[in-house]
Order: sequence, then structure tokens, then C-alpha cells
Amino acid sequence: MNKNNLILYSGILIFGLAAPFLFPAFKVQLSILCVLIILATTWNIQGGEMGYNSFGNILFYGLGMYLCASVQVGMFFPLAEWTESGGEKTFVHTPTQFFQGMAVGLIVAAIVPTIIAGLIGYSILGLRGHYFAICTLGLGVAAGEISGGIEIIGAGQGFTTPPFPDVGSLEARGEFFYFLSFFTLILTFIAVRSIYSTRFKLILNAIRDNEDKAEAMGIETMKYKIIGWMISAFFCGLAGGIMGGLVGYIDSTDVAFDGREMGVFMVLMAILGGKGTLWGPIIGATIFHIFKEGFWTFFLGWQYVALGVLIVVIVIYFPEGIMGWLREKYPERFGEVVDEKDRKAQVELK
Amino acid sequence: MDFMVFQYPMITVQACLDGILLGILFALIAYGMALQWGVMNIINIAQGDLVILGGYIAYFMYLYGIHPAWGVIVAPVIMYFLGVLIYKLVINKVVDRDLFISILATFGISILFMQLMNFAFGADVVLANSDYGTTMLFNNNVVLPNSKLFSAFISILFAICLVIYMKKSKLGRAIRATAQNARAAKILGVDTEKVYAATFGINAALCGVAGALISITFTIHPYMGLPYTIRSFMIVIVAGLGNLPGVAMSGMGLGVFEEFADYILGTEFRIGSVFLLLVLILVYRRFKLSRKREYLK
Repeated sequence: MNKNNLILYSGILIFGLAAPFLFPAFKVQLSILCVLIILATTWNIQGGEMGYNSFGNILFYGLGMYLCASVQVGMFFPLAEWTESGGEKTFVHTPTQFFQGMAVGLIVAAIVPTIIAGLIGYSILGLRGHYFAICTLGLGVAAGEISGGIEIIGAGQGFTTPPFPDVGSLEARGEFFYFLSFFTLILTFIAVRSIYSTRFKLILNAIRDNEDKAEAMGIETMKYKIIGWMISAFFCGLAGGIMGGLVGYIDSTDVAFDGREMGVFMVLMAILGGKGTLWGPIIGATIFHIFKEGFWTFFLGWQYVALGVLIVVIVIYFPEGIMGWLREKYPERFGEVVDEKDRKAQVELK
Repeated sequence: MDFMVFQYPMITVQACLDGILLGILFALIAYGMALQWGVMNIINIAQGDLVILGGYIAYFMYLYGIHPAWGVIVAPVIMYFLGVLIYKLVINKVVDRDLFISILATFGISILFMQLMNFAFGADVVLANSDYGTTMLFNNNVVLPNSKLFSAFISILFAICLVIYMKKSKLGRAIRATAQNARAAKILGVDTEKVYAATFGINAALCGVAGALISITFTIHPYMGLPYTIRSFMIVIVAGLGNLPGVAMSGMGLGVFEEFADYILGTEFRIGSVFLLLVLILVYRRFKLSRKREYLK
């Protein structure tokens, strides 16, 4: 088992490192895929493992996006003049400035949303079930509407992130963002995997299965819920910062706090792959991204119609996701001991 | 920030009146929300999109030369059948499931509707002009469009009719019985499947009426649905299920709040303030409930 894992991981790692050179035309798509996987995996921490279905992780993603870009600009140039109009033409980042700004920006983009998640966590995570879902939906949309009215970050007309500096190669931009997102993905995966092998994950599962009982057993559920949400926020912020640089343009409701698109995507990807599993969100995000790109290309204009239908179909007919389906079909592979007699009795009962 | 609204009493009066008239419309939509939430235990994110669709029906009648006020009669009829259709296709599969499933499924319907409306009617902000004129009050200091008065009147009329229908008719009794205990109602011979379909249809029809009125008094746009959903959700959780006077009062309160937010913070923060208010209300409710829980311990 361990040997298989090693082969699998090294295979994926080698593929990931070679991918931009094998498919040079798809570098941006592959980077977006990495970001999507990060979002789905971290949504899964509180959505799948903890049972708190949030529409609001988009809040951290959008915050990360704005923070990273603002820091990157604000470190060297006046932010207000930059966003007013065409600042990217007057002020040009040198390569050193760009990379320094990006590094500091990403750190800020990861840490500030984490702190915010910790601060609002106590109030928001006390809500249960659908109240939590709607409240986080409200948070995401409110953030979008409010950031659309703030002048210094571009208000309604958007915010152009610093263009990639001229380092002598046309391919450099794509490669930089691909490797940035790929290494963030690896970081996320390692973090999430090590979290899932500790007692912390069992506590999250206990919260999902029965919160009151978990509390009665002496677990400080609120503390763990907040920590779980903060972990999500950390990686969502990072993903947002990368995505901001990758897209090159931030709009409050269409790119950053896009609850209608990204906010639903992360939920959908996790559900499609299978909530509450390590690999589910990764598989779900990959399939979803391929499917989505197909639709976006061939059914241009009808993509949201297809998206709406897709959500309804997945949710109604496929709520357990791919991993859930596999688990039902091959329970032995998932380390579940199946008692043949018991299974037969259950089938008969059905 | 602009506090002129407090310095000139007439603006305060204007904002309050506007808010109350708007709030009555919100209450009508929230009543539909409370109905389906109470009976079927689903939260319909597509509520607002049904409202906007109702508005487009009235708008199209206006385009073809019919007075848009007739939309108040036509829209609910069309929307009732559309609601039953949506129920048969999607909702009946999520009724017994987890609430989150229903939220996500209706979110999908919402995106679908939003986009179909965008294709069919274009992304322009439209309104159906009713030519009702305006009423001036207090030495011409307060302007009230008659269409707003008309819409408030029609909303109240529909609400009263619906309450009487729910109390007196056979279907109304069946709906109330199902809301109380679906299983017992089933045992006693109520066809709950039919009741659910009718409930969803009635909800859609209410949305249709509200939408037609909104297209006369305000403006409609394919992407404006979600705020209406959030408003009605907020009104229902503030008032509680099955508390009709509460729904009316909190609807008006929300309307007044919005008008003041509009004056003080500026129009660009109007929708944002609604969503923030939702978050605040939910958080307040959470602390209130947790105190109660500790007390029970």
C-alpha cells in the first residue's frame, strides 16, 4: 500500500513538473486547475469533514485577491493613483519589485483572511445547518457589494493587478504562475493530508456527525470549528492571491467575490468528487474543470445554463459523489470490513 | 456618509413612507417563502428569480400595449403552472432530503433562471410604465408615485385573499395539516404530493404578483433576484414561520431600513447593507439562542 502510494505521488509530482513543458498551450488552464483543487480541498475541510456547508469561503478568496494585489502595488507606488485609471501604464514594476511584492502580498493574503476567519468564527460558526449556509452566502455577497463601492481598490471599474515584468522570455509569465500555483497545491495537499491523519480530523468528523454529543464528550467544539475554518481561510486567501495575479484584473463581483461562479464551484467540485474524502475534491475539481472548459468553449453563451442544470443534476442524482459511489461499490478498497451476512441482510431489508 | 436625512424631517417622512410601501411587497414575497418553508421544509434560493420572472411577464404585456397592471392577474396564473412544473421536475426529489441539498438545488435553478432570462430579455434594466401619476403630500414636500400605493394595495389584497383561502378552503386545510405533521396528514388521506405541488405553485404565483408589481413600481433586471431571496429569508427568520402579522411588520421594517441605508450610505451600498443586515440578524439570533441553551442546561 505504501509503495503504491509512493509511486502514485511521485508520478503525480513528475507529471506536475513536466506538464507546462508537455502542454505549453494549457499553462493557464493548468494553473487555474491547481487553484480550483486548492479551493475544493479546503472547502472540504469544513464543508465535508466538519459538516458546515459554507458558501462564504469566497470571502477569503476575494480578500486574498484584493490584499495581494494591493500590497504588491502599495509597496512601491501610490495605490489610489494606480487604481484611478491606467496606473499600470505610468508605474512599472521592475522584476525584483514584482517578485518581492508578490511574495509579501501572498503572505498578507494568507494571514489576514485567517485572522478574519478567527475573529468572525465565534459568531458565525455558532449557527447551525442552513442558517450557516445562508449566512455565509450573505457574507460573500455583502463583501462583493461593499468592495464594489470602495474607491481605493478600484470600486466598480476594477483593479488591474501589476503586469508581469519583462524578464526576457515570453513563456516566463505562464511558467511562473503555473509553478507558483502547483507548489501551493502541493503545500495544501501535504497540510491537508497531515491534518487528516491526526485526532483533529476525528474531532471534525465528530462535530459533523453529532455536535451536541461531541460537546458532551468534552470536546471544545467551538475551538476546533474555528481552527478548521481558519485553515480553510488560509489556503483560500493564498489561492485568491495567485488567481488575482493570474487573471490580471480584479472586479469586485465578477472576479473576486464571485459567489455565483467560484463560490458555487468549490462546493460543487467537492460534492462531485465526494465530500469528506481526501481525494474526492481533487478528482471532482479535475473532472469539473475539464467539463467546464468544454462547455465554455463549445456552448459559448449557454455556459451558465449548463452550469445551473449541472448543479441540479449533481445535487439530486449524485449527492455522494464519485468517491462515495466507489466506496459503495468497492468497500474493501477503503479499508472497510464488510460482513457478508450483514450486507445481505441489509439488501433484503431494502 | 450623508446625514441630511435626519436634518430635514420631510426626507425622513419620505423615506419612511417609501420604505413601508416597499416593505409590503417584501412581506408578500416572504409570505410565500414562509409557506413553502413551513410546509415542505425547503429554502428556495430561486425565490427572487421567480419574482423577477413575474416582473418580466408584466413587462412584456406592457411592451405589447396591454396595461401592465393586468400582469397582476396574468403573472400568477402563468407562474402557478411554472411552479408546479419546477416542483415536478426538481423539488419533489429534494423535499425529504437534507436542507442543504435543497438550498444547493434551488441555487442551481436560480442560476439557470437568471441566465435564461438574460438570454430571453436582455441584460437591460427595464420597467413597465403604468402612467399612474403621483400624489403630493405635505405641501408638495413628499412625493408618492400612485403606482407604489397601487402595489401596496394589491399586495395587501392578495395576502388577505390567501389567508382566507388557507383558512376556509379544503386545499388550504390540507396544506395547513401537512405543515403540522406530514405523516399524520398522509395517514388521514391527504395527498401530500399534491399538497406540496400546490404549495410550491401558490408560492410561485405570489412571487409572480410581487414581480408584476415590482416591474410597475421599481425596475427589474435578470440578475436582481438574489437580494429578494435574501430579504424574504431575513423577514421569515425575524418573524418566525406562520406568524403573518410578524411577516408584515418585519417586511415594512426592512423596507424602511433599506430606504435609510440608501440615504445615509449611498445607493451603491444598498444591497450590501441588506446582506450585512442578514448576517447581523443571524449572529444576533445565534447569541440569543445560545443563551437560551445555556439556561436550559
